[in-house]
Amino acid sequence: MITERVPVVEKILGANDRLAADNRARLDAAGVYSLNFLASPGAGKTSLVEQTVGRLAGRLRLAVVDGDIATSLDADRAAAAGAKAVQINTGGECHLDAVMLQGALEVLDLPAVDLLIVENVGNLVCPANFALGTHKSVLVASVPEGDDKPYKYPGTYRGVDALVINKIDLLPYVDFDMEYFRRGAAALNPGLATFPMSCRTGEGLDTWIEWVIAQVEANRG
Amino acid sequence: MHELSVTESILEIVLRHGRNAGATTVTDLFLVVGELSTIVDESVQFYWDIISEGTPAAGSMLHFRRVPGLMGCRACGHTYSPREDLPCPACGSTDIDILAGEEFYLEAIEIAVGDMEKQPI
Repeated sequence: MITERVPVVEKILGANDRLAADNRARLDAAGVYSLNFLASPGAGKTSLVEQTVGRLAGRLRLAVVDGDIATSLDADRAAAAGAKAVQINTGGECHLDAVMLQGALEVLDLPAVDLLIVENVGNLVCPANFALGTHKSVLVASVPEGDDKPYKYPGTYRGVDALVINKIDLLPYVDFDMEYFRRGAAALNPGLATFPMSCRTGEGLDTWIEWVIAQVEANRG
Repeated sequence: MHELSVTESILEIVLRHGRNAGATTVTDLFLVVGELSTIVDESVQFYWDIISEGTPAAGSMLHFRRVPGLMGCRACGHTYSPREDLPCPACGSTDIDILAGEEFYLEAIEIAVGDMEKQPI
């Protein structure tokens, strides 16, 4: 038997990246702007979806794709807030990937959508590795999770375009050093747009909504 | 646990390159994994043994080359490990480049060729 070494040098997730590029082309062709929400379970992704949809429903045509291991609870909440909602049950997978989003895009009437929000599976590790083709990724952190998360999950903080710090109404009750948290995030992702807020009290939401509108408008050109 | 999807991608890449090179079997895989990438070697190995079964890559060995993370401060030029801190431990700046540790790719495979008993894959 003769053996030989074959150089490969290929990114492991290149196939997913190519499909993500297809998704982006499809969204752009239909004039849809899209955001991918990442967070650990319980950080407030669905609350942020509800608040965002509720405040933009009169101004933009909205759709939400919800990724969950099981149940349609989150898509139901998005639909109740005024968006077209599609649920993806990943059946145990810990993240959405470009193929799953492709399937969801099939069932949406994309030309009738201005803003698509993809709510990823609650997980701070895996979703960061799988590009979907969305225009920007938003990480929803929350105060009770602790201020060490950028240090423990650098890959996720590194790869996002905006950072929401939810549940700031709980700051008086928990040991959360905002300066330590923000410095960790800044080292990984310089200039990251950051939005401290509370989806419960509404504090900070106006600034977030203005940012979302500005992104949609900038994309229209 | 995204290692299952990751391992499926590895299999697709390995079989494609093996076929192009006229392999009868794939014997070894050389993966490069940065410290900051979230891949667990043992999990990839576990899934690999299951999903490569019945393919020309069955029984092949996985070799991981781990690349340590390296941060570089743009303000003072100090380089350090992300395990020390994320902001610069020398001057406190948060204006940082990540110089190494984010790698995740398949570098090479070793294949068997010219085995008269077997057809190329």
